[in-house]
Formats: sequence, C-alpha cells, structure tokens
Amino acid sequence: MSAAAEPAIAVDQLVKVYKTARAVDGISFALPQGSIIGLLGGNGAGKTTTIAMIMGLITPTSGAVKVLGAQMPRQRYHVLHKMNFESPYVDMPHRLTVRQNLKVFGRLYAVEDLAGRIATLAEELDLTEFLDRQVGKLSAGQKTRVALAKALVNSPEVLLLDEPTASLDPDTADWVRARLERFRRERGATVLLASHNMAEVERLCERVIIMKRGRIEDDDTPARLLVRYGRETLEEVFLDVARGRGNAREAAQ
Amino acid sequence: MIAHSTRAITLAPHRVAAMVLRYLYLLRSSWTRLVELVYWPAVQLFVWGFLQLYIAQNSGFFARTSGVFIAAVLMWDVLFRGQLGFSVSFLEEMWSRNLSNLMISPLRPIEFVSALMVMSIIRLAIGMVPVTFLAIAFFGFNVYGLGLALAAFFVNLILTSWAVGIVVSGVLLRNGMGAESLAWTLMFVLMPLTCIYYPVSVLPDYLQVVAWALPPTYVFEGMRALLMEHVFRADLMVEAFALNIVYFAAAVVAFLELLKSSRRAGTLLQAGE
Repeated sequence: MSAAAEPAIAVDQLVKVYKTARAVDGISFALPQGSIIGLLGGNGAGKTTTIAMIMGLITPTSGAVKVLGAQMPRQRYHVLHKMNFESPYVDMPHRLTVRQNLKVFGRLYAVEDLAGRIATLAEELDLTEFLDRQVGKLSAGQKTRVALAKALVNSPEVLLLDEPTASLDPDTADWVRARLERFRRERGATVLLASHNMAEVERLCERVIIMKRGRIEDDDTPARLLVRYGRETLEEVFLDVARGRGNAREAAQ
Repeated sequence: MIAHSTRAITLAPHRVAAMVLRYLYLLRSSWTRLVELVYWPAVQLFVWGFLQLYIAQNSGFFARTSGVFIAAVLMWDVLFRGQLGFSVSFLEEMWSRNLSNLMISPLRPIEFVSALMVMSIIRLAIGMVPVTFLAIAFFGFNVYGLGLALAAFFVNLILTSWAVGIVVSGVLLRNGMGAESLAWTLMFVLMPLTCIYYPVSVLPDYLQVVAWALPPTYVFEGMRALLMEHVFRADLMVEAFALNIVYFAAAVVAFLELLKSSRRAGTLLQAGE
C-alpha cells in the first residue's frame, strides 16, 4: 500500500474493557486522508474512549489503531506532532493569557514562525482583542475559540474533535463550524468529529459512523443513511438507531 | 524506523523550555504564589532560629552547636520545598484540567519530568535565597560559608526530593486528585527517620537501619559533623549519592509504569477527582 493511499486513521477490531464494562466492543473503520468523518452516538456510546485510543491516551484492551501509519499508543511520538485535539471538557491554563497559552503549545509542537502563526490564528478565529487576556476571564464561546486555536496551532494533518460546539449558542457554534470547514478545506486535513449534534454532523461530515454501546451500528454517507432509514434528517436516523428501530426496519426488509 | 525510535527517546530542550515557560508565566501571574514560596521557610527559620538562641544561652553543650538548628531547618526546607516545587507544578496541570492537552502533545514524559525538576529549583531559589539572607541578618548564620559541602548537601537533598516528587506525580496520574494529599504529606514520613535535628544514635537500633537507608540521613549527619566537629564527611556524601541514584532511577521507572497503567485504566482522560 502506498503512503498516499494509506488511511489517515485505521481502527481494527478495537476493544476497550474497563473492569467489567465494555466501553468499546470490536469496532473497525478507516478514514481516508483528507476526509471529515462524524462519530455519532449517545452518552456512553464509546465515542470519547475511541478518540482517546486514537490519540494514544488510552491503551486498547485488544485490537489496533494506526494514525498516519504509526501504531498507537506504542509509536505515538512519531505522529503526535502532526495531530491535535479539541474538547470543551479539557481546559487550558486559566491564569495564562491566550497568547501565553498559544506560545507554550506552539513551542511544544515546534511551530516555525510562532509569532506569525499566533497572529494568523488570532485573526482567523477573531481572537486578536483577547490575546493578552487571561483565558479564565473569557466567555464560554471565546474559550472554545482559544481551544480551537490551540488545536490548529500546529496545522495538524489529523484533527480530533470531541463535541467541539457543546455548550455554545447556535450563532457561535455555526461560526466555529465554518472555521473548521475552512481549515479542513485549506489544509487537506483529516478530521474525526465526535458529536451528538446532528445538524453539525450533517453539515460538516461526508461520512457518519454511528456508535451505540461500544459498537458501530451504522457507517455511511449522510445521504445514504437518510435513504436507507427512510428519514428526512440525521436526527431521526439517530433516534431510530438509539431506539433499536434500525434493526427492526432491516429485518422487515 | 531506527531514526523514529531514536527520536522517540530523545529529550528535546525546546519542549522542556516550553513547559518551564508555562510555569514561569503562572508564577508571574500570581503574587500570592510567589509570597507563599518565601512565607513558610521564613516562619520556620524564625521559630528554630530563636529556639536555638534561647537554648544556646542556657546550655554549654548547645552553645558550641551554633547554627546546627538553623542549618538543619534550611536543609529540611531544601528537601521538602524541593519536592513541593516539583509536585505543585505537576498539580497545576491537574487543577487546570490541562493534562490531556499535554499528554496528546509531543511532550515526552522525560521532558515533562525535566521541566518539573527545573521548576523545583526555580521555586526553591525564589523561596530559599531570601531566607538564607534573613538567617545572616537575624542569627549571624551564613549557610554559604559551608562552601563546597553545601553543594554536596544540596545535590543529595534535591535528588531525594525529586525522587519523591516523581513517585507522587505518578500516583496522581494513576489515581487522580484523590491522592493530592500525598504531595503535601509524604515527605513528613521521612522527617523523624532522617534525623534532621538529632543524631541517628538517638533512634532505636531497628529504626537506625531504616534511617541509614534514606539519603537525607547522611546529609544531616554530615551537616552536624561539619558544624560541630568541623569535619567534612565525604564518605557520607558519596553513600548518599549512591543511594539517591538508586532511588531516582526507581522513581523514574515507577512513574513510567504508573503512566502506562493510567493509559490502561483511562485515568489520563479524566485527570481529575
């Protein structure tokens, strides 16, 4: 397999068991380079655990994860500089200013022309006027933009997002989605987006993986999912899967 | 692949510097953190300094032990504040829920630990240097007069403090903030056993065995020999250093194992309570 054809993320028979709970139960999928894929599922579906295993933050019980050809977590230091992550559930140091935070993370990722990169990100994410303000003194929407700036500081080839617009008002959430879409288009990055916001997934993602109780229930393009389930929106598809109607429908067919 | 493997274990100074910068920004942003660094060592100095003055005026034996208590309290603070400087910097990441960001960055564990060691020295310097000048001003005790012996004492004490700090950080990674109290209390277990203010011979025989297994005991014995008998016991310093190397290596191995265990248990993701 050539390097160009190799998937950006390849997950094979991945299992994660915590004591007796199977958080992830034998899932497999591959993300082509440059794709943007949604990971849908309710609370406890296993999305965050899956993302954490892809990042090398959690060791799988069995199965394999490869990111840009590197086995995770064993070979994580070969690729971590090409990846990044954003989640509203992970904070940035509150007492540091936005600029200080971006400087620290920029140096950790060995970003060249860091001052220029920070200026560009500040402009693109509308952060210029907050650059010298402490992160702890920003609103939720502003903090999300800072977290996004941190996630983009190294122009990652692989970007992992865990509910990036949770707790944001619709206007700010829409603004964030537009920036993500633009980044992905311009950088040609691979994006895996975990969410339970159907509108977000429908707008951004070319393919959707639906998880339930640690397993993949479905995996297809939004358009094909709508046709297959005979629904108007992904939200209805999601509800069908969550309530077990998908299997019943398939059985009837 | 060989190049990749080499890169994975290489320590990159720019990442260590980035982490040190992060902690310096934090210290600069909070004057209360800076004051706290000096406050307790200064309080300790005055309590023990005045006690020493009092007993020296009332006892022939203690009159010739001039400076022993003050030196002991300063050395104890190197040990305790050194570990605290390491552990508090680590705790800052947990308090700010920033650990996941660091763990998915290219920062290697060895670089993280190196940055924490640098911060331990910086925090110690901020706290202890003013206090050593207070010791000169109020009690006429110049710790810098110990010369090269001071360097030997310092190296041995800071190595022990880092070893304890590294283990505490590993336990925090694995068990979350529920283990936070360890960072503040673990060193106090060593306090009676390392014989800071009294000779090892005071302890019962079975505890003397334990005491001699702890590197700081050699430092405090060496310090008393220097101040009371004017003899520098290089042999004690070498033995302490050898023990420190063993404990430090064991601490690093324990930290890496606890980190591995955290990845298996998924505790890096929560990194909170």
